[in-house]
Amino acid sequence: MGQVISLAIVLLVFWLTLSGIYTTFLVTAGVISAVVISVLAYRMDVADREGHPIHLSLSAITYWPWLVWQIILSGLNVTRLIINPSLPISPTLTLVKMTQKTDVARVTYANSITLTPGTISVDMEGDEILVHAITSDNATDLEAGEMDCRCTQFEGST
Amino acid sequence: MDAFIYLLSWALLVGGGFFCVVGALGLLRMPDAFTRLHAASVIDTLGVGMIVAGLMVQSGLTLTTARLGIILLLVFFTSPVASHAIARSMRHRNVKPVLSEDRTGEGG
Repeated sequence: MGQVISLAIVLLVFWLTLSGIYTTFLVTAGVISAVVISVLAYRMDVADREGHPIHLSLSAITYWPWLVWQIILSGLNVTRLIINPSLPISPTLTLVKMTQKTDVARVTYANSITLTPGTISVDMEGDEILVHAITSDNATDLEAGEMDCRCTQFEGST
Repeated sequence: MDAFIYLLSWALLVGGGFFCVVGALGLLRMPDAFTRLHAASVIDTLGVGMIVAGLMVQSGLTLTTARLGIILLLVFFTSPVASHAIARSMRHRNVKPVLSEDRTGEGG
């Protein structure tokens, strides 16, 4: 039930942010829409821990800044590769272990891999992710497993 | 203070533009589709991120900044899904990537 109430609040805030015009009619319409959608989501069983993972909000506060920092670092790295006249890439396919238990955390991990320039998650096989890396160094860094560890913490600290 | 905000947003916008150009250059230089995806991901992380950040600095603490934040979140959640969908469908159609090393032990 907490998920449904939180979903309604998030939807209402989203409406108010996008609307910006606070007349009685529009705010009332927003409240009604938020409530109706939340009830529909509840009846469709999508307002659960997977569809609306509010229990991860606290971990996101520490995980996202770290992820942004990694994105900046690897983005600059890929930029150097592209600008370098000799194009020193060494594309590598590798399998990376995934220690997360829940689907949400696994998706977070796979998306984080893809979001950082230089590595793309291509496929999932059991609890391993097939990763395409632009240099063998990128693949080695990922195999070291710091991001995997952070994602497991992200999932675990609930 | 105004001059500082102006300079900061200017620097962020130019930086974002720079990374978009670098990404486009990468798209042209890379040898195959997988490596091109890496070049494209520079655009939709650093390029989009810095341009939107520059616009947020420009608009200050207003509703517009909140909306730009929503755009940023949307791009950061959807672009890896799109990249993954492209990479996955290439693999399932047996598009062979140009590789200098294969650590999966399946020979391709």
